[in-house]
Amino acid sequence: MLLQINNLSVEVSGKPILKNIHLEIEKGEIAVLFGPNGSGKTTLIKSIMGFSGYEASSGEIIFNGNKLNGLSTEQRVKLGIGLMYQHPPKIRGVKLKQVADFLSSDKDKISAFSNRLSLNQHLNRDINMDFSGGEMKRSELFQILLQNPELLLLDEPESGVDLENIAIMGDVLKDFLHQKGKSALVITHTGYILDYIKAKKGCVMIEGSLWCVGNPKEMFESIRKEGYEKCKECHEPQRVE
Amino acid sequence: MSLKELNKNIDLKDKDTISSSGMDLSEETRSASFLQQDNQVQFSRSLIDGVEITSTTEALINDPLAREYYGQAFKYLNREYPQDTDGGYFIRVKAGKSVELPVQACLFLKAQGFKQKVHNIIVVEEGAKVYLITGCSASHSANEGFHLGISEFFVHKGAYLNFTMIHSWKEDTSVHPMSIALLDEGASFVSNYVCLKPVKEIIMYPTAVLRGENSRASFNSLILSHPDSLQDIGSRVILKEKNTQAEIVSRAVSLGGKVIARGHLKAENKEVKAHLECRGLILSEMGTIHAIPEMESDYRDVCMSHEAAIGKINKEEIEYLESRGFSRQQAQSIIVRGFMDVNVLALPEILKKEIDDLEDRTLKASF
Repeated sequence: MLLQINNLSVEVSGKPILKNIHLEIEKGEIAVLFGPNGSGKTTLIKSIMGFSGYEASSGEIIFNGNKLNGLSTEQRVKLGIGLMYQHPPKIRGVKLKQVADFLSSDKDKISAFSNRLSLNQHLNRDINMDFSGGEMKRSELFQILLQNPELLLLDEPESGVDLENIAIMGDVLKDFLHQKGKSALVITHTGYILDYIKAKKGCVMIEGSLWCVGNPKEMFESIRKEGYEKCKECHEPQRVE
Repeated sequence: MSLKELNKNIDLKDKDTISSSGMDLSEETRSASFLQQDNQVQFSRSLIDGVEITSTTEALINDPLAREYYGQAFKYLNREYPQDTDGGYFIRVKAGKSVELPVQACLFLKAQGFKQKVHNIIVVEEGAKVYLITGCSASHSANEGFHLGISEFFVHKGAYLNFTMIHSWKEDTSVHPMSIALLDEGASFVSNYVCLKPVKEIIMYPTAVLRGENSRASFNSLILSHPDSLQDIGSRVILKEKNTQAEIVSRAVSLGGKVIARGHLKAENKEVKAHLECRGLILSEMGTIHAIPEMESDYRDVCMSHEAAIGKINKEEIEYLESRGFSRQQAQSIIVRGFMDVNVLALPEILKKEIDDLEDRTLKASF
């Protein structure tokens, strides 16, 4: 098992957000997380990353046999976890190239990925500053490719991106995730990304609890037709394995 | 004697200090040089035609032109200025001369408790273009030093002056520069100011007067404030004529000291454009940044704006870099380094790399 989340509860600013989450992702598996806005999906990702203010109040997160609770974000990243941001921050004066050079010493690799994602002109620009929605996502993906994590957390990779950019990103992501042993947890609202990745497992988060588990494409169709309330009607919160 | 030969007589520590204020002691990348220690002019030489460089004291004796300019900028604004100065530099760039390599000047404090008072005059004649880098610094031996620097800049019709000043003082040095720049029609004045080392107190409020149509001025500063330092640093532009433009940009980082970042844009005519931007990062509980942006206009037909932002480093920015594998410490230092980006200054390429390296060294030593 690559990622194992047991009985995880997380409070943010004293308010309970995640309640007794159980989730397992195997090596090579891609899981999709659906859920209405404010249900706690991003909180789960931040908690896996170990961001301050998102510590577990109970339960544990185990990655590749290592307990993550108490580890810094840097340590978690070194173990092989990577995050593709939904809304990455703009950092004045810090160039995309600086981060790229930190992530990889292989200049050819940097140049190949930046070519593929049409980011050559962006390398010497301040990170995310005046980047369009598509450029921001391509820059996120570029950094992830260089970082090469074993488990990729994708927070709404297609939000704010036009269809053309979704196709570029989808193809790059597909190639990345097709590599042996790569796993991912993907949050999506639009479902476009499901056309590109082979997700086996889908689950729904509602009000901080995981409900329902199944084939992600079927689940997405059902959510599209019937809304999230339907998920709640047909199942109790359950252990997702 | 060349600066290189003189260089042999300077002690190693002082050499470092002088270099860290932007002085190229080899003269190789400069077109003219001036070095004054306390009240003694050590060196002054121009390597090219069309650029005169000498001590103000000497210029006032030998050059009627210097006497004409002396004190004129202060008189223009009806301001008093101290007359008991000793030395400083007189630089004249002749009409139409475009000087490729920067002119450099260094005002160095060496003796303990010395009070250095200089009067600098910079004349850029019609259509000329020049980069001037001035380093002001204090020797390790110059305890409780004091520096008063009066500078008058005359940028004539269509001329361009890019002036970079690097302050590299000590924690017990007090510094009071007084500067006025007068710009004629179509002239441009760029002032870049860098202060990264500890200092006891700096109080300065240089003023540029856009007295000719279509002239423009910009003041850019990078300030690092160490504990127990007071840096009351402002820039003022008076837009006297039509179609003039001004910009004031400052970045201040407080490691525990107090920074007062002032800026004043005053429109005294129509159809002027001016912008003021002040950003501050406070990295220590002990630090203070007080931004005081001011804008003034008697006319409706002007376009003036300002933005100011002060705070600690955004947590999200640190986490973002951490999520790429940087440690918290690394993330903080990269963000601060980025905040103090040398591109905030309008530097010529030749100085950009030098000042970037200087920042690297100083910031590494400060964290």
